[in-house]
Amino acid sequence: MSEYLLLLLSTALVNNVVLVKFLGLCPFMGISKKMDTALSMGLATTFVITFTTAGSWLLEHWLLMPLGIEYLRILTYILVIAAVVQFTEMVIRKVSPPLYQVLGIYLPLITTNCAVLGLPLLNVQENNGFAVSLIGGFGSSVGFTLVLVLFAGMRERIALASVSPVFSGAPIAFITAGMLALAFMGFAGLVPH
Amino acid sequence: MITAMTSLTILGAILGLILGVAARVFRVEGNALVGELLDILPGSQCGQCGFPGCAGAAQALADGSAPVTLCPPGGRAVAIALAARLGVEADVSGVKDAVPMIAEVREELCIGCTRCFKVCPTDAIMGAAQQIHAVFREACTACGKCEAVCPTESVTLVPVSVTLHGWYWPKPV
Amino acid sequence: MKLFKLRGGVHPQGRKELASERAIRVLPMPDRLFIPLQQHVGAPAQPLVKVGDHVLKGQLIAASQGFISAPVHASTSGRIVAIGDYAAAHSSGLAAPTVTIASDGDDRWLETDSPSDPFSLSPEEIAARVGAAGIVGLGGATFPSAVKLSLSRKNNVRTLIINGGECEPYITCDDRLMRERASDIIEGVRLIRHAVGAVDVMVGIEENKPAALLAMRAAASGTEVKVIAVPAMYPMGWDKQMIRALTGCEVPADGRSADIGVLVHNVATAYAVHEAVRFGRPLVSRLVTVSGGAVAEPGNLVVPIGTLVETLFQYCGGFSEKPARLVLGGPMMGSELFSAAVPVVKGTSGVLALTAREIGSTQAAPCIRCSSCVRACPVGLLPLEMAAHIRAGNSNAAVSRGLKDCIACGCCSFVCPSHIPLVHYFNFAKGELMEQERGKLKLEATKKLADERMARTQRIEREREAAAAKRKAAREAKEAAAKLTQTITEAA
Repeated sequence: MSEYLLLLLSTALVNNVVLVKFLGLCPFMGISKKMDTALSMGLATTFVITFTTAGSWLLEHWLLMPLGIEYLRILTYILVIAAVVQFTEMVIRKVSPPLYQVLGIYLPLITTNCAVLGLPLLNVQENNGFAVSLIGGFGSSVGFTLVLVLFAGMRERIALASVSPVFSGAPIAFITAGMLALAFMGFAGLVPH
Repeated sequence: MITAMTSLTILGAILGLILGVAARVFRVEGNALVGELLDILPGSQCGQCGFPGCAGAAQALADGSAPVTLCPPGGRAVAIALAARLGVEADVSGVKDAVPMIAEVREELCIGCTRCFKVCPTDAIMGAAQQIHAVFREACTACGKCEAVCPTESVTLVPVSVTLHGWYWPKPV
Repeated sequence: MKLFKLRGGVHPQGRKELASERAIRVLPMPDRLFIPLQQHVGAPAQPLVKVGDHVLKGQLIAASQGFISAPVHASTSGRIVAIGDYAAAHSSGLAAPTVTIASDGDDRWLETDSPSDPFSLSPEEIAARVGAAGIVGLGGATFPSAVKLSLSRKNNVRTLIINGGECEPYITCDDRLMRERASDIIEGVRLIRHAVGAVDVMVGIEENKPAALLAMRAAASGTEVKVIAVPAMYPMGWDKQMIRALTGCEVPADGRSADIGVLVHNVATAYAVHEAVRFGRPLVSRLVTVSGGAVAEPGNLVVPIGTLVETLFQYCGGFSEKPARLVLGGPMMGSELFSAAVPVVKGTSGVLALTAREIGSTQAAPCIRCSSCVRACPVGLLPLEMAAHIRAGNSNAAVSRGLKDCIACGCCSFVCPSHIPLVHYFNFAKGELMEQERGKLKLEATKKLADERMARTQRIEREREAAAAKRKAAREAKEAAAKLTQTITEAA
């Protein structure tokens, strides 16, 4: 049990998908202007990542490996991801039209969020079991959400500050992201080697 | 080769089936958003936004193909309300009510033709044939329809003068 | 008596010594008076006189209209020479509807009836007389007093607090009034108490006015009125602060003091109530402090409503040096005047001519987040946060941080080490939000009009179509009948 907890902590903080692995930077910069939208985006992505890691593990071990068609891995993964994203989009559209409006183009773009494809591929690479894959995927997406919300909070504060015109807008956001990444490096000491 | 093709086809079919069912279960009846947006818009159907009437504008807003700052008569108040409803950030500083305007009848030019009176979407012009028309300031949305039809250029849009009641300190620099 | 703990507040340099020891003088009647029709919160008064009419002092020249409004009376006897726009006592310098009276020099009062014993009047009658006298809150809020009286009676107000705080620097008119007219004020207080049926009556006076405290205590001895010294700090004269100091209760946000059973009136209002109910004299003059470093002889003057501010300065010996800024009201909450040719109104407690030294530096520097403003805010808001949001163009975010509870007392701007004009930001944002609110209301109204017009045109269209269809049917029937007849004829 403690192993799984450690896995959760490690994927969420120490090996953070955004700030340490530098995956999923596109929504990280795109949907971080407001805290509540960032949280919604994070939750949607969490849902998608958790399902796709599970789905892709099952496909990998029950379909691709037995039939020996591993070369179709990326194709099948993308198929699953696209289906889950489509499903999420339908649900959000039904449940919360304003949120659907806010997420706009970024919602279908979860499909191309490299973290979503990257995590199942990493799982295959490291030959993880089902539980480890699932918990690792979930932990990573929690880390993604956490970082997105943190960054959105910081950007909300930056919007109030008087930033020099040279740095205002995207430049100061990139600098802040860099500093946030540096801070997350500190979590590396959390788990003793 | 055959295995690959078959397995992918079956996989695609299954996922397609799931999505198809989901599309039925989670079907959105029309777009409730359009109605809500229509409620926010002035409803004067003036067409200044470039869409046929406020319903067209609401549809375009819901699709995301038009900015929230599309409505000139609505000014900042509408832009802010639309932005709040759509949850987008509106650059309302650019709207700045494009200097609030109001229609005014220049009495020496008015010939009492009643054309402006007939096109006014908010019944803001009072008058009868051969009578000089007058504008109700409270009802005028400055849509400009009257200005367009006036044969003598008697009706013009003029900036609303600041009153003691409406004056406030400018933003500190 | 035990006083309750207060939140926030600042201790600005009082500078009251400039005018506090100058006894009340009566300003000689000026030749012309410019009496604005709206000197109160609410609907403007409706003029009842025409140009050329002769009026007596105290004669009604404009009637109140609507529930929250106040009438306006002639401040002297004379002839109405103009009814129209005249520059208002306002920072904008914009004009407002004003009645101009040319004084005939007699200053003759209108015959008025005064009751032999005002305490025999019914509460409703007192409220009616206060309303007819055009009395508004003279502390500066200018809310019609009669409305407050009748609402308080309805809300079962138990505590009446008379505000003698006068915390604004420089201003000494209430101080002088309490020293010189204490017994009249106390009678006015007792009349208000009679009108609202309050149980406790407290007069709160800042402890930096010992002479006023002494005079008021002497006048109040033997009555149910308690005179209490409160600490001298700004904004002690804010009604909710006074309530907190004396009762320990806090008025809820966007509520009124009546919600917690308290009614607050200013000492000058109490004096005006006394004048109105005892002698039947409407509010046609008020005590105004003329002060500031640039004024040669500061003082406290009884000024007819409608006198130009420049007349006041002239009477006080003119300027000893060129004033850097003219202020209407106190230096903390008053408004800057860009011209002295504006009339004194009911809410004018003072006019100041300040020197450049007194104003000090106004160059704003960046916020250093020292939170001095947070400690100083008597409402408990976060001025730095609100100002930052407003500066970034998001006034609505400032509203969710309590902008609407801001009383614009100026404590935050006063303590700010960076000289950030915080209160200026708040006033701007409030104005902007008010404009948005008006825009929204207008939009709703015009939308309704547009919908109605749409329905009407559609109905007319439908009716026309129906009529056309009917005509067509009738014509066809006729034709068919004709054809039938023809066939029959042919067959025959």
